[in-house]
Amino acid sequence: MTDLLDKYRDLKARHDAITRHFADPVGLVNDRILSPTRGVINGREVILAGTNNYMGVTFDRRCIEAGKKALEEFGTGTTGSRIANGTYGPHRQLERELARFMGRRSCMIFSTGFQANLGMIAGLCGPKDTIFIDMDSHASIHDGVKLSGARFKTFRHNDPDHLARQLARHDPGDGGRLVILEGIYSMLGDFAPLEEFVALKREHDFQLLLDEAHSFGVLGENGRGLAELAGVEDEVDFIVGTFSKSLGGIGGYAVSDHPMFDVLRFAARPYMFTASPSPASIATTLCALKIIENEPERRARLMANAERLQKGLVKRGFRLGVTEYASPVVAVICPSEEVAVAMWNALLENGVYVNLALPPGTPDKLSLLRCSVSAAHDEEEIDHVIAAFERVRDQFIPAAD
Amino acid sequence: MSAANDDIQARIIRLLQAYNKDDVPLTPDTRISADLNIDSADVLNFVMEVEDEFDIDIAVNELADIHTIADLTALVADRLDAGA
Repeated sequence: MTDLLDKYRDLKARHDAITRHFADPVGLVNDRILSPTRGVINGREVILAGTNNYMGVTFDRRCIEAGKKALEEFGTGTTGSRIANGTYGPHRQLERELARFMGRRSCMIFSTGFQANLGMIAGLCGPKDTIFIDMDSHASIHDGVKLSGARFKTFRHNDPDHLARQLARHDPGDGGRLVILEGIYSMLGDFAPLEEFVALKREHDFQLLLDEAHSFGVLGENGRGLAELAGVEDEVDFIVGTFSKSLGGIGGYAVSDHPMFDVLRFAARPYMFTASPSPASIATTLCALKIIENEPERRARLMANAERLQKGLVKRGFRLGVTEYASPVVAVICPSEEVAVAMWNALLENGVYVNLALPPGTPDKLSLLRCSVSAAHDEEEIDHVIAAFERVRDQFIPAAD
Repeated sequence: MSAANDDIQARIIRLLQAYNKDDVPLTPDTRISADLNIDSADVLNFVMEVEDEFDIDIAVNELADIHTIADLTALVADRLDAGA
């Protein structure tokens, strides 16, 4: 008999090799969270610089009070799916508010951002259809494509010319075509060249789904994301996003102006057959949405912090995923996996938590120390992160001649 | 094998050489993913290169039935015939 877990022996050996000398990067425990930017890990207070907490709302008193009130009024959980007993007034209210904020006709909310991608992609596409995805797409997009059973093709990362060639030589037959992009790519922090991709719609037939998980709340004058920043919202057919980053909760959403959009409520299985988000989660998200709408200064602080971290690291000779513009994701590219692991561990010992991102989950097999910046960081914290990077780099990477 | 297929196979082998880290001898029977130990991201990169090289359309799903260099050569030849 073949043991089903045998296939993971190499994976386990790799994990064992890392944890023999270092803290476990995938088993890390936050003993306490003190604020959006401070936590206690392994008994040490650290600056949290890898939490995607872009707007810094997780400890906002208004959100916490709204969550408490919802717990009292609606209980701890919905114990059911949206199509059965799991739709409460606040779920509908959040859908209306998000649709209004995004300037869209309809909104559906999902239990996680991952499920929003699964539900939208598998809801929109079936075996006759073809999906075109960027090579660096998030796991939820790859899995949504698999779940849909659609034919799929990849195009080179952020390369509209390559997508144009792929579209031109593809015969859709009697199926539809969906192109999927992300606003900010989560690993390197680079933005999609959205105007150039949208321009392809003039020559090729396809519908466009944009995942704004990391760009919602962050980009655009009003925080509606990359589509707003690029001025092409009308050309984006479907937008997917998450509550677990800028909104500091858990859940996901999709919005669209399509007149038939709501049919997905009884066609998208990851929406239909899972429990709906808890009332407290919906309430804190509603409150956070109001905050990011009414406090645009958070976006300004976030981008100032992002620029400070980016410039500070560039000045000290670090190689970053993005340098041409400020991104809230600041990814330090390490020379090897071994150096990345050692530096990640040393950063923790120096009071800084960032994400360790290793192949195969990274673009071009890069080993990354991925920082994400928050509006709640102060300059002192950003400077501490930069100084810690410099200290540990000197420890693990010999200075170039 | 026809001369046309010989040419297709030679071009495929040339593209594949970039992924052949262990210098495995590349023959029609070489299993692309298993023998060359290519990970899933590199399989996608390689397929895009094959599409560009021959200006043809291959869906990733079609690779489920493609194991060897000979399998891929046949698929490319078939696609080129269909487009001719």
